[in-house]
Amino acid sequence: MILIRNLSHTIAGKPILHDISLDVPRSGITALIGPNGAGKSTLLSLMARLMPRQQGQITLDGHDISTHDTAALARTLAILPQIQDAAPRLSVADLVAFGRYPHSRGRLTVEDHQIIDRALDAFHLTDLRNRALETLSGGQRQNALLAMIFAQGTDYLLLDEPLNNLDIAAARGLMAQLRRLANDQGRTIVIVLHDINYALAYADHLVVMAKGGIAATGTPSEVVTEDLIHRIYGTDAAIITHQDRRIVDVGP
Amino acid sequence: MRSNPLFLLGLGLAACMVLYMTVGVSGGWSFVLPFRAGKLAGLLLVAVAISTATVLFQTVSGNRILTPSIMGFDALYGLILTALVFFLGAQTAVRLPPVALFALNTTGLMAGAVLLFGTLIAQTRTDLLRMILTGIIFATLFRALTLFWQRMIDPNEFQIIQVASYARFNRIETDLLPLAALLSFAALAVVWRKRRQWDVLALGHDAATNLGLRVRQQTILALLLVAALVSVSTALVGPVAFLGLLVVSLARLCDGSETHARLLPIAALISAITLIGGQLVMEHALSLSTPLSVVVDLLGGLLFFFLLLKGRSR
Repeated sequence: MILIRNLSHTIAGKPILHDISLDVPRSGITALIGPNGAGKSTLLSLMARLMPRQQGQITLDGHDISTHDTAALARTLAILPQIQDAAPRLSVADLVAFGRYPHSRGRLTVEDHQIIDRALDAFHLTDLRNRALETLSGGQRQNALLAMIFAQGTDYLLLDEPLNNLDIAAARGLMAQLRRLANDQGRTIVIVLHDINYALAYADHLVVMAKGGIAATGTPSEVVTEDLIHRIYGTDAAIITHQDRRIVDVGP
Repeated sequence: MRSNPLFLLGLGLAACMVLYMTVGVSGGWSFVLPFRAGKLAGLLLVAVAISTATVLFQTVSGNRILTPSIMGFDALYGLILTALVFFLGAQTAVRLPPVALFALNTTGLMAGAVLLFGTLIAQTRTDLLRMILTGIIFATLFRALTLFWQRMIDPNEFQIIQVASYARFNRIETDLLPLAALLSFAALAVVWRKRRQWDVLALGHDAATNLGLRVRQQTILALLLVAALVSVSTALVGPVAFLGLLVVSLARLCDGSETHARLLPIAALISAITLIGGQLVMEHALSLSTPLSVVVDLLGGLLFFFLLLKGRSR
């Protein structure tokens, strides 16, 4: 369980997050939605200790994440990272193998190799395993990064807009995969989504953020209403029901 | 055959070393061998120190164009030496054993590197242009301050500094060899032991943090190691601007995998072949008409322009 208490954050004097308190329940998919600039990515980065925490507290299963051993944390929590441009020329398999670094410090065991193969297979990368990352498309590279943190085998996964760059088949495949991880293995997944329809279809919990604060939390069906969309996004979108499923109509 | 480049380069280096020790020996072997062995050991040490410092600096700064000397590490070494002579006075500086002066200078460089480059790298890792500009400004500033200080001190005292400010592979400071060797062996051992960790650090701040690395702490450690290695090479032969860039770029061309476990030894071997082979040619074929550092800097400088114009930060 991730507990966030009174978290505030400013970047270059601009307040990004303001006094946020939030409980992310154990196991299941929690989706973060909200308009651009609401502070979703900042919140996720702080949860993954990518930025130093300024004010407030974040604990993971009772450990304060800013004082807990960072190497041990890497075995419980993973975030989908950005890879810098000047990163070395890596093959897909090399990149995915880095996911095992927190466990084996770079000396891969037989078990590690099996896990890497499974991760490559899960993201349809087996045929591409020896390709250099820089020769891949944006979506394939995204998949390689996903396979890396998949191989990391952590209980908690933080994903910042993982559906960017993915086509509809890959996006649905990924969401279905996350669903299986949550259902079968009881993992906790926190995911920033832009498309509310994906959140409605796949998430267990929804956290709506606006202007650096939490606007609403709950199950998708109780949270997402026409009124909320109007209030948070400032646009009128109808919600239609199709075979028991609620869908946000983004038509004109 | 993945071990091929290492094997071939090792063979090449062995040939260079044997030739360096034996070519053109006239007169007593008992004098020539120890004399040349000292120089050879110095050249080897400098070669490995420079290539390793460059690889490590490129890893923590996240690009493939910048090297410690382009960012002004050597210039800072010269500045610290001048400051020491200025504040201690040349008499004291001369009376100090060279080893003590070297130790003071190295400590100063390590502190300076962490203070100046520690924050710079944390902030501008992704901004190559800003890093290059800052490096040029730092290097120019350090050189200007050094010159300014040298004007203010006695010409006799100035001699001491001047000796240390030019690259000279012909007259290596063999007095310093034992301490320099000790320091660089220690630094190289740490670098090698953490070779897998440098691979992770090369992925960038976020990815490395996700994999459980204390990025800031490890970056500072890397800068300390770079400073120690630069101190060794600058103290032994003076500043060499583009050798690191030249040999590390060649090493990257040589091997596709780019893990530190392969890049470090390959770069070290290429570096040693360049220095020892180059010195061999300069001493015997060209009878010392051109200093080796001029040739290396010419080639390295051209490569630097080529890389910049090609926009190859990766």
